[in-house]
Amino acid sequence: MDSSVKIINEWDIVAARQLGRNVAKELGFGTVDQARITTAISELARNIYLYAGQGEITIEKVENGAKRGMTIISRDEGPGIPDLRKVMEDGFSTSGGLGAGLPGVKRLMDEFSIESTPGEGTLIQSVKWLR
Amino acid sequence: MNFRDTMLDEYKEILKTYINDQTEQALYMSQKFSRKSIEFKISPEEMISLHKTSIMELEPELPESLLLSLDILLEVMMSYGLAYREHQSLRTIQRELINEIEVAASMQQTLLGTQIPNIPSMDIGAISVPAKQMSGDYYHFVSHENGAISVAIADIIGKGIPAALCMSMIKYSMDSMPEDSQAPGDVLERLNRVVEQNVDPTMFITMFSGLYNPETHMFSYSSAGHEPGFFYHAETGEFEELQAKGLLLGVDKKAKYNEYDRKVEVGDVILLMSDGVTECRTEDGFLEVDTLIGYIEKYIHLGSQEIANKVYKELEYLQDFQLRDDFTLIILKRTI
Repeated sequence: MDSSVKIINEWDIVAARQLGRNVAKELGFGTVDQARITTAISELARNIYLYAGQGEITIEKVENGAKRGMTIISRDEGPGIPDLRKVMEDGFSTSGGLGAGLPGVKRLMDEFSIESTPGEGTLIQSVKWLR
Repeated sequence: MNFRDTMLDEYKEILKTYINDQTEQALYMSQKFSRKSIEFKISPEEMISLHKTSIMELEPELPESLLLSLDILLEVMMSYGLAYREHQSLRTIQRELINEIEVAASMQQTLLGTQIPNIPSMDIGAISVPAKQMSGDYYHFVSHENGAISVAIADIIGKGIPAALCMSMIKYSMDSMPEDSQAPGDVLERLNRVVEQNVDPTMFITMFSGLYNPETHMFSYSSAGHEPGFFYHAETGEFEELQAKGLLLGVDKKAKYNEYDRKVEVGDVILLMSDGVTECRTEDGFLEVDTLIGYIEKYIHLGSQEIANKVYKELEYLQDFQLRDDFTLIILKRTI
């Protein structure tokens, strides 16, 4: 049971957050982790809205043996990221020293992977496990 | 036991103490608590959550609106938490960079090391102090097989690591200079070609090159836009600027460098320097040439190394111990 939110305008960011929060609550994440997950969703959805124009945030529940958690998938067909190392570097994000951006997402979540092809788009998957 | 396991109880205790009677003691305890929570990497959002849990347990009758307000506070603290974590990670990176620069600086010292020649007729001293960790000044001595001595002093316009990298190249080309091209003009012409071909066009190098012949006691020199040195005539007690015309290295590959000569008598002193000496800045503006000469005069009777050290100490004091530019001073004094 996956669910997705299309990101076209800024209000869709709120919808994506809401979806993420519902799933996080359902899985039993505490309030701090809920806030972390929704902040990560916000960042990813905002990146789509600002840099790709449009895309999609999908939330999936995941299981790995005894571990349970959720994955945020951010997918867009925007311009892509030419230098991944640069965007994953602290202090270089477009957030202007706010610590947000993709390094921020990586810190908030437990697992993080990114694929991007210039001209084709970007796919980010990030997992948070229940403790 | 781990702080994470006990922090809820600790925090609740502090909160309870303070709610019961508002003592400074409780406030001090909370300061200590926050230090510890930073040490254990407790994020701001976790603190809000901890606070909410504690207060709910201590005061079950609190109005719902107050508890809800803490959700907003937690959300607001998320970005502070992120900024804080980024700051922590940047600090780690900064520490690594500082270490790396320290290693590079000590390597530079080894790499650029030069031996002060030991000849009977000339007492030579040198001091070179970088303003920051990496120096953009450079000096070099060569003792030739025929007994002559070459001296070079260079200043790379631009500071820090790029200047240091560039300098290694200068040093290498000087080391591989053939024995038969000792003439200062030739040295500069060769180096000029090297610099012109290999260095970024925004980087310039000034250089003074000199050659002392201990048999004739002639000192010949050329300059590539470098700070003029001074010549002290022992007989008259006068200082003369060692003027020389020549283009900076790296500007024009066809540049030619004129050579000038001075006869060095017993007691005469040649002083070569970088602009960190002459452009030493004080509260009242730039150092006047007369003031500089005054300091040199004060110590001119001493040995060369001592003159260099003392003049440096004076100028260091004058600038409140804050060098704005790399400082290099070379002293050559004819003794017999």
